[in-house]
Amino acid sequence: MSVRDPSLDGEWLDEATTHARLEKTWSAAPGLWGWLTTLDHKRIGVRYIVTAFVFFALAGLLAFVMRLQLARAENHLVGPDLYNQLFTMHGSTMMFLFAVPIMEAIAVYLVPLMVGTRAIAFPRLLAFSYWIYLFGGMMLWIAFLLNVGPDAGWFAYTPLSGPQYSPGKRVDIWAQMITYTELSGIAVAICVIGTILKQRAPGMALNRMPLFVWAMLVMSFMVLFAMPSVMIASTFLIMDRLVGTHFYNPAEGGDSLLWQHLFWFFGHPEVYIIFIPALGMVSSIVATFARRPVFAYPLMVLALLATGLFAFGLWVHHMFATGLPRLGNSFYTAASMVISIPTGIQIFSWIATMWLGRPRFTTPLLFVVGFIVVFVVGGLTGVMLASVPLDLQLHDTYFVVGHFHYVLIGGAVFPLLGAVYYWFPKVTGRLLDERLGKLNFWLLFVGFNITFLPMHYLGLAGMPRRIYTYSAGLGWDGLNLLETGGAVLIALSMLLLAFNVVKSARGGAMAGANPWNADTLEWATPSPPPTFNFNHIPLATGSHPLWDAERLQVMRGLKLDERELVLTSVLDARPDLREPSVPPSIWPLLAAIAVGTMFLTSIFTPWAVVVGMVPIAITLTAWFWPKGRPEEEGER
Amino acid sequence: MHSALQALGVQAQHIEVVWRTMLWVCGVMYVLVIAFLIFAVSRHRRASDSVEPQNDSSQVRRMSIALGSWIGLMTIGLFGLALTSFLTDRALVHAADTPQVTLKITAHQWWWQVEYTDPDPSRRVRTANEIHLPAGAPVHLELASDDVIHSFWVPNLHGKRDMIPGRPAQFRLQPLRAGLYRGQCAEFCGLQHAHMALDVIVESPQDFAAWYERQLANPPAVTEARATRGHEVFMTSACNLCHAIAGTDASASVGPDLSHFAGRRTIAAGTLPNDPDNLRRWLENPQRVKPGNRMPVVTLERDDIDALVAYLGTLR
Repeated sequence: MSVRDPSLDGEWLDEATTHARLEKTWSAAPGLWGWLTTLDHKRIGVRYIVTAFVFFALAGLLAFVMRLQLARAENHLVGPDLYNQLFTMHGSTMMFLFAVPIMEAIAVYLVPLMVGTRAIAFPRLLAFSYWIYLFGGMMLWIAFLLNVGPDAGWFAYTPLSGPQYSPGKRVDIWAQMITYTELSGIAVAICVIGTILKQRAPGMALNRMPLFVWAMLVMSFMVLFAMPSVMIASTFLIMDRLVGTHFYNPAEGGDSLLWQHLFWFFGHPEVYIIFIPALGMVSSIVATFARRPVFAYPLMVLALLATGLFAFGLWVHHMFATGLPRLGNSFYTAASMVISIPTGIQIFSWIATMWLGRPRFTTPLLFVVGFIVVFVVGGLTGVMLASVPLDLQLHDTYFVVGHFHYVLIGGAVFPLLGAVYYWFPKVTGRLLDERLGKLNFWLLFVGFNITFLPMHYLGLAGMPRRIYTYSAGLGWDGLNLLETGGAVLIALSMLLLAFNVVKSARGGAMAGANPWNADTLEWATPSPPPTFNFNHIPLATGSHPLWDAERLQVMRGLKLDERELVLTSVLDARPDLREPSVPPSIWPLLAAIAVGTMFLTSIFTPWAVVVGMVPIAITLTAWFWPKGRPEEEGER
Repeated sequence: MHSALQALGVQAQHIEVVWRTMLWVCGVMYVLVIAFLIFAVSRHRRASDSVEPQNDSSQVRRMSIALGSWIGLMTIGLFGLALTSFLTDRALVHAADTPQVTLKITAHQWWWQVEYTDPDPSRRVRTANEIHLPAGAPVHLELASDDVIHSFWVPNLHGKRDMIPGRPAQFRLQPLRAGLYRGQCAEFCGLQHAHMALDVIVESPQDFAAWYERQLANPPAVTEARATRGHEVFMTSACNLCHAIAGTDASASVGPDLSHFAGRRTIAAGTLPNDPDNLRRWLENPQRVKPGNRMPVVTLERDDIDALVAYLGTLR
């Protein structure tokens, strides 16, 4: 840097001046306007996280009501109509409004920090995605409160969900909620992929990228390939229901199995879309608290990629009982079993990392240990379900309910809560209470196993899924009552978590920049991070920038008075371009309102699609209107 | 009896072998993982915190060998399980090759229509929500659905098979011992999915043959006054619009065939035991017993309901 350009970040400026000038450049407008227009990935990320946890609590509440209903035989707490809405809403909310959004939200918050950039890629698209997600979730829940909640299951099999057997608007609401949330999911995936591939800190070659970032990259690509399938499926369903097409109607040459293929081609990868980010969280937590890099890094990366790839070849194992050709089924058995190898490798590597390192058993690591104990059960019962003959017995019984709660709560929620304890100090600047955290863990661990372990036995004893009640003589009452007791413990553990979050956010111990002595770049900036993330773009001189060198090296030379990012090459992260980042804008919100209105009204009349295009076109035009900046006009 | 853990059919026994193998192999795998985890964790509880060398390359090398062995072990285990599964699947194809009884089961929201087929039309039997099978004989089932997707499942005898509209399916059973087995719809099919059970009565070939002959005959003519009144009510109110009774004018096939209703164990697809009190409750308001089911509330005088109960009780 030979020329002193006053607009650039340079060594001649002191840190406070740099900070102040960046703050002025990057901060959003004050007040409500700023809240509506901000493009800060951290604010939007927190918004996403809070919204997703609200949906988590609501869906958990529904599960609790279901457990109360099933606590004894022939119970009349809720009737069949409400019960069917309860489990449909529980499944749909957990999958579409909690699990995928929360994983993407954490990526939105952390990935730009972890790769050492100032902003996420395509920030307006990110802002748009949040509003679309919020509108979709609100539509579903307001409909439920108005007794128009969907009742055909989160999987909405045709023809039960078709026009003949589900008249009314309930299934339309469900199908359109899918369109909202998947649109927002795809949008976030694009932002995350762009950030990871083009905005990594100089020096962070792919082979130095943290496993967490790898996991988020794999997850985002999976979202891109899986979500369109379910959007097509739900659009076909809406068309069958509203404009009289016959995609799923066997009487007119359609096929209800088409729905199942399209749905599970999305639905099985979906599980891994939820699970793979959790693996990334586990890798971060294990490395930090074992005070050692994760064992066998290249194999771990390959395992993530292999899982992401194989996940698209398993969907038929949800359909073994439909009578597809047997040779084909055997292929899916083999594929479903093979996918447990990469997962087995990862489990081994984490334990090996603890073995080789010097672990500190803080709450996040405790959740990881709980994750291994619980998740491996789910993985092994998954191997059982991969077998065609055995699946014929276990399919659609409580065995499967037990299995996938071990996979999803064990494999995703345990790591997620570990991640909450781990990254809470980065987001708020304060540590969560450790004593409450450990109590939180043990309550959840015990309650979870009491609730879901007996389900495996009940399934073998013949209890089918999705029944609102059962007869007394079948011998299912005792264990069902026990499970309901376990659900009380889970509820308590979640209340404890909420209490801990509220209490610690106000009065928790101050964290400082790097309370855990972790290795990745998000810990190189103050907690909570400034809007522009880093005073200077950090350099990744090794795989563990905060462990490798005494002092983090930084890059200078970006503009201070304009929003500017450094783009790097995809493989080696060599500095490539200086790229402007867009300023805050209200148009993403307005575009989301236009799109959301079109989606909602299209349930009532197909003409809404035609008329609704006009406001969408207007808002998108305004969103992308050239600002006449020299870079954009080619006058550089 | 309703459990996959007591296999009393040829097919269920094949599947039980897979279950046992899985349980053992997966059990051993789980114990290995947890043992490794416990050692990894407890190692450091004992060792003091600071003296440990940070990067012991010989330890890492040993760990790499262990990882290689673990991958090998997983591969062998999974290969064994996949092979067991595959061979069992083949065995299921060839089990019950020469069926002696053929019946067609059509699922409706929320009951089962049962038809025993025979080349001779006069020897066909139609019933509902209950099937009788001879012990030891291979049985061929034609499965179909009239409305949404249902799934046929009698866990003691075999796994399940989906009944998908537009896609008729074949299924084979071979029950081994006489007994009463329960089946239940296993695919979510709407409001009363919970109350869609099926009784499977496996009996000796003689008992089965006797039962079959009884089904072929018309129910006895009614003589007693109240039952005669019940017959009149059946034929003149809404009942005969949906139900059939052999030997009478009632021949509709919207609801279950009631020709030999009194011989069945349950009412409304396993919802209630079949006794006069329950039948009265059902006739008074089927929607209270099984909310959402397709049988409308037919308002009748108390006496007429009693008469109907008496009449239905004669349909042996």
